[in-house]
Amino acid sequence: MAQLTYREAVARGITQEMERDPTVLLIGEDVGAAGGAFKATVGLLERFGPARVRDTPIAEQAIIGAAMGAAMTGLRPIAEIMFSDFFAVCWDLVANQIAKTRYMTNGQVTLPLVIRSGNGGGSRFGAQHSQSVESWAMAIPGLKVVAPSTPTDVVGLLAAAVRDPDPVLFFEQKSLYATKGEVPDGEVVDELGTAKVVRQGSDATIVALAAMVPRAVAAASELAGEGIEATVIDLRSLVPLDVSTVAASVAATGHLFTVEENPRLCGWGAELTSVVADECFYDLDGPIVRVTTPHVPLPAADALEDLALPSPSLIADTVRRRIG
Amino acid sequence: MADVAVRQELAGGSLPARDILTLLAPSGVRREDPALECDLDAGAAARLWEAMVIGRRLDRAAVALTRQGELGVYASSAGQEACQVGPVLALDAEDWMFPTYRETVAVVTRGVDPVEALALYRGSAHCGFDPRAARIAPSATPIATQALHAVGFAMAAARTGSSVAALAFLGDGATSEGDAHEALNFAGVFRAPCVFFVQNNGWAISVPIEHQAGNVVLAARGAAYGIPALRIDGNDVLATYAATRAALARARSGGGPTLIEAVTYRMEAHTTADDPSRYREAAVLDAWRQRDPLARMERYLRDAGVLDDARVASVTAEADERAARLRRALQDAAPLDPLRLFDHVYSAPTPLLERQRAQLADELSRMEP
Ligand SMILES: Cc1ncc(C[n+]2csc(CCOP(=O)(O)OP(=O)(O)O)c2C)c(N)n1
Repeated sequence: MAQLTYREAVARGITQEMERDPTVLLIGEDVGAAGGAFKATVGLLERFGPARVRDTPIAEQAIIGAAMGAAMTGLRPIAEIMFSDFFAVCWDLVANQIAKTRYMTNGQVTLPLVIRSGNGGGSRFGAQHSQSVESWAMAIPGLKVVAPSTPTDVVGLLAAAVRDPDPVLFFEQKSLYATKGEVPDGEVVDELGTAKVVRQGSDATIVALAAMVPRAVAAASELAGEGIEATVIDLRSLVPLDVSTVAASVAATGHLFTVEENPRLCGWGAELTSVVADECFYDLDGPIVRVTTPHVPLPAADALEDLALPSPSLIADTVRRRIG
Repeated sequence: MADVAVRQELAGGSLPARDILTLLAPSGVRREDPALECDLDAGAAARLWEAMVIGRRLDRAAVALTRQGELGVYASSAGQEACQVGPVLALDAEDWMFPTYRETVAVVTRGVDPVEALALYRGSAHCGFDPRAARIAPSATPIATQALHAVGFAMAAARTGSSVAALAFLGDGATSEGDAHEALNFAGVFRAPCVFFVQNNGWAISVPIEHQAGNVVLAARGAAYGIPALRIDGNDVLATYAATRAALARARSGGGPTLIEAVTYRMEAHTTADDPSRYREAAVLDAWRQRDPLARMERYLRDAGVLDDARVASVTAEADERAARLRRALQDAAPLDPLRLFDHVYSAPTPLLERQRAQLADELSRMEP
């Protein structure tokens, strides 16, 4: 076991895959000499050299295009988009080309690539550098979408993403980069499309993703003090979506809450809610409730940003008022 | 000899020195260049120096305020004062500028209060000033997008028959974006009254210009778009002023866009959150200190007899006073109304937003003791 930060886990995961497979390479802005804008790729240039760890000009379309082209030759590129907001700059490549290539070639051209990106708010970067865009990605058929919450999951899901035959968007939550956790020694490989039950309780099911997971856990601890026991599920992956883990929990608790960092409309919780309402209707003892950021761009002001994002106390309060 | 060497270094080693236009040598000696006429005499040019002194002082204060936690982060303009002051003072009152996060000194030079100019870095608002009053577009953080806004603005201004021109600031790194290409091409095709002012400061975060562009002479791109282009000494405020002034005059008279590449150097870290020791040798800074934009201007103005110790002291005192005012204002900033979170998302709040606003108000009232 080693105690690693979330950002160190990114470098560890990339290292593991690059050492295992010489076709894996990393390309992006400031990923090499600077060690990444968020210091998540420190040491990789020194270890693997500039042919496999490539700093690029500021050109997101060219970065994603290069990854696509590389994947067509049989390489397994990991491309970095520094802030996930800049998926908007290269969305043609992601949504029109990469997502659809397998489909449009009858499976003959496949693109086993990973696009990593710093996602989400809480870091005082304002409306154009703080968005949680996983729901944009989820809306495009052909893309797999992953968002880990712990260092171990970063390593294991990154490995799974690199090894996956499909393009995977891998969202690293910026506000989690400094968080720490134990990571097992040796190779860590996880499975995409599997949610994790991180806390067991019989009164309510709270499903969260990425930075909302520790907040949901904090809310559950607060509720436990009042005699309300909640299950907390870390969804980890939006595509594929592990509905069965959620459904099994809802069958036991009868209550579902989602905690989403994204703005309200069309967040992943809306999809999960609709599936659960459809498939688990008779297990439910109350309405499904979504806790999200309001439908606003994230503000620049720290105090306002803190109010915008779902807080443990808001989550606890929402659960308490519905089932208490 | 030394001068030639530095100039070749400036040019990335691939361009004859004469192609970088300079009106004021690093020694402070005034030069003439037929390609670049400056209509300012030393007396009139003194305000360029004053604005640089004030800009540098405020910039230094902002870096210090970041260390003290009063600002969240800051992208310093240190060493680039001539690029920020010259073009802005070349603007007419009606013109618009389209800055990036690097242009705090430019924004202040345009007349915006430093507290308002620093609102984003302070973490109080995305844009602390009224863009329409200042005639400054809110700075866009996604790189290079402002070049497109500036071109659109300029095309529309030309269509209404006004003589308003647009000035777009870009970094060297920004020229790698597709947006920069599309902006230059549009401007070339539609003869947009737009001036592209590229501050080639040698770096885009950790990426040096040699790794940013196959041809490090960014001005060379003008020809590809049918746009007149100039490569100037970006640490010479007479050159930045004169080049921009001439380009704006051409824009106003229907002559279309101009691309100005100002060769300068980023003396500080990319932002206060960056550690440049990972990727560049501090020793390079020495050569650039010899080319300091303020020192050469001061030398020139003193030699011309328009500047003496007393005036230097009074301008320095004014700069200090402005920095002190900035510090006080930031420290005294009033807390924000939380419900402002919901303002200005749409022209009028949607029913969903109304509900979310009421929910937050309710939570806040219950949180109060
Ligand atoms: C579309 C986009 N990609 C990447 C970034 C991250 N980023 C912020 S500043 C910067 C470097 C910009 O360099 P340059 O244009 O040379 O300007 P300078 O910072 O040197 O003034 C980068 C890559 C961004 N803000 N927007």
